[in-house]
Order: sequence, then C-alpha cells, then structure tokens
Amino acid sequence: MDIKDIIKPENRVYGKTPLLTDNVMHYCPGCSHGTVHKLIAEVIDEMGIQEQTIGVSPVGCSVFAYNYLDIDWQQAAHGRAPALATATKRLHPEKYVFTYQGDGDLASIGTAEIMHACNRGENIVVIFINNAIYGMTGGQMAPTTLIGMKTATTPYGRDPKLHGNPLKITELIAQLDGTCFVTRQSVHNPGNVRKAKKAIRKAFENSMMDKGTSFVEIVGTCNSGWKLSPVQSNEWMVENMFPKYPLGDIKDI
Amino acid sequence: MKIKRTDMAEKILMKGNEAIAHAAIRCGCDGYFGYPITPQSEVMETLMEEKPWETTGMVVLQAESETSSINMLYGGACCAKKVMTSSSSPGISLMCEGISYLAGAELPCLVVNVVRGGPGLGTIQPGQGDYFQAVKGGGHGDYKTIVLAPSSAQEMYDFVDLSFELAFKYRTPAMILADGIVGQMMETVELRPIKPRISNEEIIAKYPWATTGKPQNRKQNVITSLAMDAAVHEKLNQNLQEKYKIMERDEVRFETVNCEDAEHLIIAYGCMARICESTVEQARKEGIKVGLLRPITLFPFPTNEIKRLVPQLKTIMSVELSAGQMVEDIRLAVNGKVPVNFFGRLGGIVPSPEEVLDAFKQSISK
Repeated sequence: MDIKDIIKPENRVYGKTPLLTDNVMHYCPGCSHGTVHKLIAEVIDEMGIQEQTIGVSPVGCSVFAYNYLDIDWQQAAHGRAPALATATKRLHPEKYVFTYQGDGDLASIGTAEIMHACNRGENIVVIFINNAIYGMTGGQMAPTTLIGMKTATTPYGRDPKLHGNPLKITELIAQLDGTCFVTRQSVHNPGNVRKAKKAIRKAFENSMMDKGTSFVEIVGTCNSGWKLSPVQSNEWMVENMFPKYPLGDIKDI
Repeated sequence: MKIKRTDMAEKILMKGNEAIAHAAIRCGCDGYFGYPITPQSEVMETLMEEKPWETTGMVVLQAESETSSINMLYGGACCAKKVMTSSSSPGISLMCEGISYLAGAELPCLVVNVVRGGPGLGTIQPGQGDYFQAVKGGGHGDYKTIVLAPSSAQEMYDFVDLSFELAFKYRTPAMILADGIVGQMMETVELRPIKPRISNEEIIAKYPWATTGKPQNRKQNVITSLAMDAAVHEKLNQNLQEKYKIMERDEVRFETVNCEDAEHLIIAYGCMARICESTVEQARKEGIKVGLLRPITLFPFPTNEIKRLVPQLKTIMSVELSAGQMVEDIRLAVNGKVPVNFFGRLGGIVPSPEEVLDAFKQSISK
C-alpha cells in the first residue's frame, strides 16, 4: 500500500490545531510549556473563540507565548499580567481574557496583582505554571522551590531558615471569595494531559458566566533547571512535587 | 462634588481635582484606574460619586496599588481604550516602571500627577520637585512623555481631552503635571460639550494595532516592549526618538505676559506662574521691564521661544517649588548668553508674589 493511500481525511486520528503557529518553540525538550500551550490552543479552537480571546503573557520563559498561539496578545511587565487582564476584561466583558504566568511571575513579584484580581473576582482565566524554578534567568530559586532543592541561588539546597518556605499560593487563592474554580493539574502523562485540558476548558467557559476568577495551576517540569533528563524530570516531579503540590480540584463552585 | 449632567456648556465652581474627573467623563474616557493618595484623592472620589458606568459606560476601579493602576492602563491601552490614572509624587514613582513599558510599547494613556513635596514620603503640601522625573523620563530607558502643566482648574479640565488627543496622535503616554495648589484650589470651570466614547467598531477601524481579538483575515496583534534582536531594538528606539523630535517641532505650548519690551524674564509653570503673574504686575508698576514666560508643555520644552527672547534680555529667573530643576533646561536653551538665576522654596512652602519680587530685584541688581 502506498503512503498516499493512507494519508486521507478519514484516516486522520490527530491534527495540530491551527491556533498553534508553525514557529519552532524555544522551550527546552521535555519542558511542560509546549504541552500547555497546545492545550490552550485546542480549547480556544474547539470553543471557536479565537476572535474573542485576548492573552496576556508574562515575563519568564513563556514571555514568547505570543509566538506560538495565533491570537491577540498583550505582553505584561513582570508579575503584572492580572492587572492588564483586569482592565481588558472590564473594558471588553464580551472577550475571553486569560493570563499565562510562571511561579516567579505569579507567586513572587506579582503576588499583590494575582491576589487582588482573584479577590475582586475578575472574570478571567489564570494559567499558572509551577515548575519550582526560574527558568528564563538560569535556574534560580522560585517561591515554590521545595525545601532542600538545589538551584543557582540555593546551591546547598533551599533552607527555610535562610530562604523561607515554599509558597502554596493556589491554596491561598482558593480561600478568596472572588474565585470560582481553583485546580491543580499536570501534563506528564496522557491521562493527566486530558484532565488538564478539561480543566482549562472549564476555566474558559466560566469566564462568561460571571462567576469570578478561574485559576488553573499546572505543576510542570523544568528539566534544564532541575538538571535532569525529561524522563527523570517527570519521575522527580511525581516523587517530590506532587506530595507538596497535590493534584486535583481545590475549589469548584 | 456631583454635578447635574447636561450637554450645555456651563460654568461651575469646582476644585482642580474635581475638574479632572468631570473632564474625563465628558471627553469620552473609557476607564480610570487609581489608588488613593493626598492631595488628589478627589479625582477618584468624584468619579465614584458620578457613577459614569451607568451613563457613558466608563469603567472606574480602585486598584490595589499604583503599580497595578498603571498596568491596568497598559491593558486598557493595548485595546486602544482611552484610559487614565491620577496620583501624587510617591505614587508616580511606583508607576514609573509601567510608564516606561507604555512608552516602549507605544501605548497612549493619561497619567495625572498632582505633585507634593518629596523626596520620600515628603509632605502632602504642594511641590514641583517631580519636574525631572516627568520630563526626563522617570522610568528606565530612552523615552519621554508629553507633559502638560496646568495653572488653573480650567486647564486641569481642558488638558484631559488635550492629553488624550496627543497621546493617541503620537501613541505615547501623556502626563498632566499639576501640583497640590492647582489640584485643591476652587475656580469656575467651563464644562465643554460632551464627547461620546468611541465604539469598539470605530476602535478597530481607527487603531488597527489594538488587541481587539484576532479575526481570521488579519495577522495577530501583539503589544510588547520586548525586542531581543539588537538591530530591531535599536530601530524601535530610533523610531521613538524620531517621534519625540516631531513633538518638539509641533507640540510646544506656552504663554507669555509682557514679553514684548521685556529686559528681564521670569519663567514659571503651574501654580508658580500664577504667583509670578502678580510679581510681574508689581514690578512693572515699579518701572522694571519684566515679562513672564509660562511653559504649558514641559516636554516638549519651549526652548526656541526662550532662545528667541534671549537677545532682548539682561537676566532670566526661574521660579519653582523645587531646588532648581526646570532652570537646567532654561540654561541649556540660553547657553550662557545671559545670566539665569533661580528662586525656589521647598517643603511645601509657597512664596508670596512679594517674596518673589524681592528675590527678583536682588537677582537683577547683582
């Protein structure tokens, strides 16, 4: 049988969503960002809301998210994405507005912005990538870095007396009256990819229901920062990250 | 102060800060985002009392900080909405990061600074010590903002609309640099005819760069101040500088009083220009040929007008509520051709016209 006989629409089992551009991603092989980008692109495509969606990209590895998702983007100053999203959603209530933020951006420098946007109950979606390290700047300690974890700024391991404690910001966010859906997901295997996509879809749908903020944390890998292979990173994440950052819905109203 | 809404032009007694709020509603502003700070809190208080979201649809939001306020402006400006904030000196310092991003991303917005005394927490009394911050940039990088300096409640009102016009014309942040006196004093203000807010459809047609949602038939719009390629980044910076040159050519605004036969010139802006007007009047009565130049735009600065006047002048004096900031730009314009003197008070102390007159007479007798 010739290959041409196989490549037919009726045999197609998977296709790249057109929302994902053809630009080569700058992310390291094994990084979770690419998978999460794809899930968001698929959700926007499947909901048919490309023209109604405005993304806000952060400072950090995912600063270039606009190179990969074919929608309109605002690129925010470090930590300030929820402030941009607040104004955009209030000025355009008919749009789907989401922020895409890492742990340094959301849980360190942008703590005030995320807490208050969520507490006001802005009808936005927050996608929060927690890989417990600063990837873009070269692997320094993040607010979510685990105790004992070695980074460029905790070369002997994170010591709570010296560096403070890992911040479970998602649990804090869930306490705020303005949030309607707070969940923690991962994308390290097909089952969890499917669950994460479902959560992202639900978050986008919530943003038109006037229910408040939807917050989706994805516990992800940074194998370059962690200095592990992609496979080892997934194993390390399951063994070390999940006990501290357990998966599942924390709040769903 | 809540006022009855009419489409008619009418005169109402109000504070300069209240004038900012009423002007915003009436000139079609889409959103105000701010954080309380003395001496300008009446701006947001008036907006909240007026409830423009029920009439024009304007969004008014009290943010968690000045940092958030300015970044809310960034988000709104990305959508080509007319967005503004107001604050006072320490709050503006917090906003400088955001203003730099707005300038870098070439976004229009209005920032009102009702200046108080600094540095640090300083005082809540009026000051003009933020001149350098306003006209030289304030945040990081090579950028400028258009800076308008009102000296009356009427100008507080009128400069809101003018600032938006200029901000959108040049895709740049505009700043109203007022002071505690202009913000707090009450004067009659003529309300201008109402301008409606522009619709989303008009925005898409007029501002094709805005993040309004990507339809199938156009490329995505990305608003960023980031350019990793050195050549691209240099070009972006050169474009900014070109824009500032055009502003310097086309947008200089100033007012002169008694300058035709002047042998001496006092230069002052904002509240100090009002005081110096009286000083000039008294000096003229004493037979001293002195004029007043009031810069209305601080950037672009009326450099050429000062240069034009220099040949007829014996001295110039800059009068400021600072340790001497604008005087440096005057000296650059004068280039050593005549003596440039300075008189200023600090700590929120506002000199009387007589005190300025004494200082002026002393300066010309040197």
